Amino acid sequence: MDKNKIVEVENLHVSFSLSDNVTVDAVKGVSFHIDQGETLALVGESGSGKSVTAMTIMRLPEHDGARINEGAIHLRLRSGEIVDIVKLPISRMNDIRGADVSIVFQDPMASLNPVFTVGHQIAEAIIIHQGKSPKQAEEIAFNTLQLVRVPDAERRMKQYPHQLSGGMRQRVVIAMALSCRPVLLIADEPSTALDVTIQAQILNLIRALQKEIVMSVLFITHDMGVVAEIADRVCVMQKGRFVETGSVYDIFENPQHPYTRALISAVPKLGSMTDKDKPEKFPILEFEED
Amino acid sequence: MKPLIEVKNLVTRFDLKAGLFGRVYGRVHAVENVSFDIYPGETLALVGESGCGKSTIARSIMHLDKTSSGSIKFNGKETLGVSSRNLRTFQRNVQMVFQDPFSSLNPRMTVGKAIADPMIVNKIIPKDAIPQRVQELLERVDMEKDHMNRYPHAFSGGQRQRICIARVLGLDPKLIIADEAVASLDVTIQAKVINLLMDLQAELGISLLFISHDVAVVERIAHRVAVMYLGEIVEIGDRQSIFRNPRHSYTKKLFGSVPVPDPRLRKKDSMLIADEIPSAMRAPNFIPIQLPMQQVSDTHFVREETPV
Ligand SMILES: Nc1ncnc2c1ncn2[C@@H]1O[C@H](COP(=O)(O)OP(=O)(O)OP(=O)(O)O)[C@@H](O)[C@H]1O
Ligand SMILES: Nc1ncnc2c1ncn2[C@@H]1O[C@H](COP(=O)(O)OP(=O)(O)OP(=O)(O)O)[C@@H](O)[C@H]1O
Ligand SMILES: [Mg+2]
Ligand SMILES: [Mg+2]
Repeated sequence: MDKNKIVEVENLHVSFSLSDNVTVDAVKGVSFHIDQGETLALVGESGSGKSVTAMTIMRLPEHDGARINEGAIHLRLRSGEIVDIVKLPISRMNDIRGADVSIVFQDPMASLNPVFTVGHQIAEAIIIHQGKSPKQAEEIAFNTLQLVRVPDAERRMKQYPHQLSGGMRQRVVIAMALSCRPVLLIADEPSTALDVTIQAQILNLIRALQKEIVMSVLFITHDMGVVAEIADRVCVMQKGRFVETGSVYDIFENPQHPYTRALISAVPKLGSMTDKDKPEKFPILEFEED
Repeated sequence: MKPLIEVKNLVTRFDLKAGLFGRVYGRVHAVENVSFDIYPGETLALVGESGCGKSTIARSIMHLDKTSSGSIKFNGKETLGVSSRNLRTFQRNVQMVFQDPFSSLNPRMTVGKAIADPMIVNKIIPKDAIPQRVQELLERVDMEKDHMNRYPHAFSGGQRQRICIARVLGLDPKLIIADEAVASLDVTIQAKVINLLMDLQAELGISLLFISHDVAVVERIAHRVAVMYLGEIVEIGDRQSIFRNPRHSYTKKLFGSVPVPDPRLRKKDSMLIADEIPSAMRAPNFIPIQLPMQQVSDTHFVREETPV
């Protein structure tokens, strides 16, 4: 693997067999790489395979009955060692996750335990993965919560996940992932429940950390405003395949694939309705189905 | 025309308890004295900072969070403090799509059953017409009919959101509360789902309480907009005047920070902020003071602000 690259995925095929003799081919031959310190945005249709692609880097879909039918995932660990994730025993994934790779799941409750306070959970991750003392860990947890703009961070640490709003939970999970200072951050729709001001702060925080520790980011989002703000390169996914890959400028200024074009032109723009009396439906853009 | 739903002086607070005896050491003032009406066929959008109390308003209307005081009337009749036996029509007619699509579907129930069961319980249509109707609903949210036999875990985040929407539509409700209901959909499918809601609104006069962080979507679909900050409505009015003439400093800030989808306009080296953030957590003896609303026009009101 090229020495700039942190991860390289080659011809990945992932499928699920459902009980009734039906297989879902979720990912059909996907290849991409992420350079060190680079942010790659993964965008595309709902159900196109973005989460499955990203989570396969940590072999997680297999717990849900997925099979990797083909492909390789080369990952450069913090130690410098390069491994093919697909060939590793699944038991090694626990060490890599947390130490080298952090994940922010699309469902924040997937990484929060309902019976522990949020402070406890963030601190625990720091103690395990960074070997800090409980006292230091608590302090790091508190600082990170403040940086992700959780109000009243000290008292919020003592609360349980269900006592937080949707967006606060997302911020807690982001804090947990960032406080482990990963080599690769995989963030799956981390800002769907955040308002624009908080979202901006979190994007800044990710960028700041990227400069400090050379962190690469795989960022899944459907928000093209976020893509424009944070991505170096963009991969566009539709029905299990990558239909287009390019620099963020290419994708926005010169999209090639009909779906990418639809995606760019369908972004709702603030101020487009100022002289309309009544609400209006969205124009539906037709794009060829592959 | 009379409003379908009237929320008046709604207060919802959560006690923070410590220790074995549950000593109350503080309180979250999640919703403070909130009032609004929604008319038949109208969309009221609720926007505001994350954690400002939007979901709590929705959950209070659904009787899922315990309200501290206030009134919630449906078709002119009070619903708070009424036993659930006498609330059947209300409960059928007011449906919510929850913010979290992952925990709002029963993992042991196929998607088809999840959509069909509430229709059966509420006797919406004859039993033998249900399979057909389930198919139709799935297709309308851009899913396939053979998805019916799968379990929720076999779906992506956005697909689950659409299943939840299909389930709610099956009940022919009069009011749909959509809490970030299209937030995980890509713009092309989002457009289809929102258009579907708007079509149904035009056909059947459905009212919508549309909670969203996406200000551009709100500008497109809302008749009226309420802006919330720290548990209070700070500005409310018809869509055009709110967007043309935002008055409250928070509304201005919110509209001003919407990211522009253009990588060339990316902000370079923005500062990280670490100042104290205003919080709705208060001491148990805290007595909130609410400043009055000023009238901007017949249809537009804004809360006074303490001068800085
Ligand atoms: N556990 C599973 N069992 C069976 N099929 C699954 C499973 N998880 C995902 N799928 C299917 O795989 C496909 C890809 O799902 P994935 O979650 O990757 O989509 P996505 O691009 O992340 O979509 P979204 O934007 O809606 O989250 C979907 O068609 C989905 O139905
Ligand atoms: N069950 C609960 N117990 C204690 N506090 C709660 C509970 N539910 C909500 N809260 C608090 O009430 C406040 C409002 O939360 P709410 O979920 O209504 O916010 P929101 O506006 O929907 O935010 P978001 O956009 O992040 O979803 C928050 O401070 C939250 O922590
Ligand atoms: Mg996904
Ligand atoms: Mg909410």
